[in-house]
Amino acid sequence: MSNTTAVPFSAVNSAARPNAAEAPSAAWQQRWRQRLRAFLSRAASPLTIVLLWEIAARVGWLPERILAAPSQIAATFGTLVASGEMGSNVLVSLGRVLIGLSISLTLGTVLALIAGLSRRGEVIVDSPMQMVRTLPFVGLVPLFIVWFGIGDFTKVTLIAFATTFPMYLTLYSGIRSIDAKLIEAGRLFGLGQLGLIWHVILPGALPSFLLGLRYALGISWLSLVIVEQINATAGLGYLINNARDFMRTDIIVVCLMAYSLLGLLTDLLVRSIEHVALAWRPSFIKD
Amino acid sequence: MANAKFSAVAAELIAASANTIAVRLRQLSKRFGNNTILDAIDLDIRPGEFVALLGRSGSGKTTLLRALAGLDQISSGQLQVPAARSAVFQEPRLMPWKRAWRNVVMGLHIANAREHARQALTEVGLAHRENAWPATLSGGEAQRVALARALVREPQLLLLDEPFAALDALTRIRMHQLILSLWRVHQPAVLLVTHDVDEAILLADRVLVLEHGRIAADLKIDQQRPRSADNHRFQQVRTQLLQLLGVELESETKADIARPSLHLVPPSPAASFNLSNFSI
Repeated sequence: MSNTTAVPFSAVNSAARPNAAEAPSAAWQQRWRQRLRAFLSRAASPLTIVLLWEIAARVGWLPERILAAPSQIAATFGTLVASGEMGSNVLVSLGRVLIGLSISLTLGTVLALIAGLSRRGEVIVDSPMQMVRTLPFVGLVPLFIVWFGIGDFTKVTLIAFATTFPMYLTLYSGIRSIDAKLIEAGRLFGLGQLGLIWHVILPGALPSFLLGLRYALGISWLSLVIVEQINATAGLGYLINNARDFMRTDIIVVCLMAYSLLGLLTDLLVRSIEHVALAWRPSFIKD
Repeated sequence: MANAKFSAVAAELIAASANTIAVRLRQLSKRFGNNTILDAIDLDIRPGEFVALLGRSGSGKTTLLRALAGLDQISSGQLQVPAARSAVFQEPRLMPWKRAWRNVVMGLHIANAREHARQALTEVGLAHRENAWPATLSGGEAQRVALARALVREPQLLLLDEPFAALDALTRIRMHQLILSLWRVHQPAVLLVTHDVDEAILLADRVLVLEHGRIAADLKIDQQRPRSADNHRFQQVRTQLLQLLGVELESETKADIARPSLHLVPPSPAASFNLSNFSI
């Protein structure tokens, strides 16, 4: 110990400083290298598949009318976006989903509140809903065409029909599974019927509502794909139908990717809503 | 505020008895089908009196508390309670989606709600947690928020349904001290339902033992607070209460702390001897 006192303070300091500055940056680089390696090892297999697909298309093992090459799909995507064809048709499809969803959100929420908040409402609403929900909505397409024709009204109605049930079922069970002790406490501490709904039941059912919304979104994209096969004059389904007639597999693949991207984006949107609206949940609490 | 309002019956009663009675039960019964849970109970609690209610599981303690809280209807008899009453349960029952201070003033329509909440949280030592989500509170903290929520309503009757049962031993001791100091400041009548004989003797002015839906014993505890469990008289009362609850202590413990006469008393459900004037 007595030796160290002989060392000038500045010398100790200058020796220590570069080390201190280097250590975190080295650790940082290390972490990034690890992440890159993990990413590459996960991406290796899909990248290989795409590469093999490209080679197969280039040497002619995979004819274009079966499946276009990845490079060609990318190029087609670029042209469709540049010409504005992609954007306008995506907007039409998005519009159908949004209108259908807003109808089913309203309907599903209102019905779930009626059934969830009163016994009489449950008797009136729940049994018919449970009966109708077992109908496969794809099977209803012919009936809806007979009733409403082949226009946009049928498409939107079918999307609304398909998505009402996940909204209704999740929200209804969410309302019914609220802890009765919390409702009792709310009543004891002075909440009236409306106060209970506003301060206890609705916030308590919000996680279920958002879960139902995510289910409904997933189903809405699925039903969009199905209803857009019916005589579409605009929208992604229209692009696909046209491409089928000309055997343009590249356009079909681009449209399929657009469907899945839209699905991903809307799911992301609901997740970010969850982060804000459910900040009180233990899983979202940071500190 | 809420404590200014009384139900019509209670208002009449309080006016008539001029602050000598907070709770009055006459022949109060509660039945579920053929099961009689509470059997013709007579009970008076004075304003500011701290009453503990002991009893085995299924003796009707919680049913009585719920009847006093107005959470359950009674089957027959008379029940007169102040309108300003409040409760703390075994679970905190905080709304997980409301921050601590909003839980405290939930259901109150008052100006400066936040100021009231802060004051109440300061009283229970949680001013620094006013913005916390209930999920981030420890068991003791959550129970203190529940206590603040009860006190901010300035109750004339505070109902405590085993509020310390789920807490660890150290937290429980702190909660005992807290509840006594808050009781001294606010002076509500308190009915504490508990399993814990020591807790009842430590805190209460009066200990009731409920058995088969009837009040089997009514003991006055006159000992000065703070009380300590290593006191000889404390142990006497403890043994007596345990016997009433059907617990026989082991012989060496009994010889050590109990008077010989108490050995002869069988753990009779009827509690034939009169304990109402017993005091220490």
